Amino acid sequence: MKEEFNIISNLIEENTRVLDVGCGNGDLMKFLQENKTKDIRGLEISKEKVQNCLSKGLTVIEGNAESDLKQFPKSSFDYVILSQTLQAFLNPELVINELLKVGKKVIVTIPNFGYWRVRLQLLFKGTMPVTENLPHEWYNTPNLHMCTIKDFYNFCSSKNIKIFKSIALKKSRISEINKSNLNYKNLDSHLGIFLIES
Amino acid sequence: MNKNIDTKKIIISNPLKLDCGKEINNFPVAYETYGELNSEKSNAILVFHALTGDQYVSGKNPITNKDGWWSYVVGENKPIDTNKFFVICANVIGGCMGSYGPSTINESTGKQIGTDFPIITINDMVNAQYELIKYLEIEKLFAVVGGSMGGMQVLQFVANFPDKAKLAIPIACTSSHSAQNIAFNELGRQAIMADSKWENGFYSNYKLNPDKGLAVARMAAHITYLSEKGLQEKFGRKLQDRDSLRYGFEADFQIESYLRYQGSVFVDRFDANSYLYITRAMDYFDLSKQYKGNLSDAFKETKTKFFVISFTSDWLYPTSENREIVIALNSIGADVGFVEIESDKGHDSFLLDVPSFLKTLGDFINSTYKVINERRI
Repeated sequence: MKEEFNIISNLIEENTRVLDVGCGNGDLMKFLQENKTKDIRGLEISKEKVQNCLSKGLTVIEGNAESDLKQFPKSSFDYVILSQTLQAFLNPELVINELLKVGKKVIVTIPNFGYWRVRLQLLFKGTMPVTENLPHEWYNTPNLHMCTIKDFYNFCSSKNIKIFKSIALKKSRISEINKSNLNYKNLDSHLGIFLIES
Repeated sequence: MNKNIDTKKIIISNPLKLDCGKEINNFPVAYETYGELNSEKSNAILVFHALTGDQYVSGKNPITNKDGWWSYVVGENKPIDTNKFFVICANVIGGCMGSYGPSTINESTGKQIGTDFPIITINDMVNAQYELIKYLEIEKLFAVVGGSMGGMQVLQFVANFPDKAKLAIPIACTSSHSAQNIAFNELGRQAIMADSKWENGFYSNYKLNPDKGLAVARMAAHITYLSEKGLQEKFGRKLQDRDSLRYGFEADFQIESYLRYQGSVFVDRFDANSYLYITRAMDYFDLSKQYKGNLSDAFKETKTKFFVISFTSDWLYPTSENREIVIALNSIGADVGFVEIESDKGHDSFLLDVPSFLKTLGDFINSTYKVINERRI
């Protein structure tokens, strides 16, 4: 978690306007507020988590990214962050499009379904993978649309979404993803972090 | 009611131009304060009361001898902690707790003003209360807070005075009174005006009071403050002090007895004409219309941080109407937080012991106060 926060923070310029979509209990918001910018908002669907955020003084709106991002004007944030939530949406493509409208730049992080530990579980155990990063069973997972780093990379190129930076994370090891090492990073990383722009 | 209340009040000498076109001056605004204003004058919170509220937010209400109407929220060690904040609340104009209203005595006639009182609006109420803030020499409030009609005043206050509050918390309210809201208010007004003792609003001249009409108005309104689930759980079909139905029109059911009681205690503390005037002010409230149909424009000038709160079982000012405020604020990139609190206590939730509401409200106010003070805005 800490590594992901650091990477995200490093992608963000100081004193910019940030929206964290699916901000959960506000840990990332708090981290960015202390390190990067005071001007940060959150959008979260769970009442309980929204209340936790508000209790910490974080400005969070209870709402659903799939329906409520529309209310923000175009390019109203310098950065919009979607941390490990894309896979939980009914319509991830729509959400990405909304994010790209609302934010000048968008940071998306993806739990990588192509990570070798994940692949091995399906290959050898023959069961849906359960890992530290993907802790749910098939019957109770909120993740509707799992994807791999390679899937997201290909998605961006097919939709003409510019990838400014793509970073792979394995444990605490950080590396850059590019076209030539894509297959390897897709196998060897548990998290992909993308800075994109429409 | 108004007669011999020993309340703090100021006389506003500046003329106030009302929305109806009339001008008033040298009129009283009654208020109460709690806690101490700090030396930087940075800890003041203006609380706006709802339709039947008054300036007695906390502690004992000297008129009713009951707890202040927002005792769960305001007081020592409460979510709005009066050890820390200086809380101000004024009786709205049109009210009957010492501020200029229909039961104020007209000095030239020695009689109550009655329905010669001008029609007032939420805007007029807020402008009158701003005079009090000036009188108290508070340059900038830390927060303006209120539920229901109090929330409408919060919205109007920020629209009128965009740089006078750092934080605004409208709770369980709307930016525009809906047809349903107007319908219920009209029902209440008609009940009062149908009472033969109303005398076109000049009942005090005849030493009369339209108690029956006012009580019916209160009973009808009280139902709108609760939820179906809350009513069913609390009362169901339980009988009142009897084992079987009496086959008559007495209060057989507990809910009937409860409503009759609510009606009867209300008439002891509230003036029927005030009820007419204040409900009218609520019905006339349409903030977006004031800004040519664009609610966002009401908040264009402000840097005030907003926190909008609604309740799941509030069908009088439902979440959808509160959300419209949030949407208007978001569309201009304003700083706004929003949560819908789970509660089956209906619209009244904001006045009651709803722990997740009280905790979220208190924590948000306190942490925002800390952050703002650290930043020294």
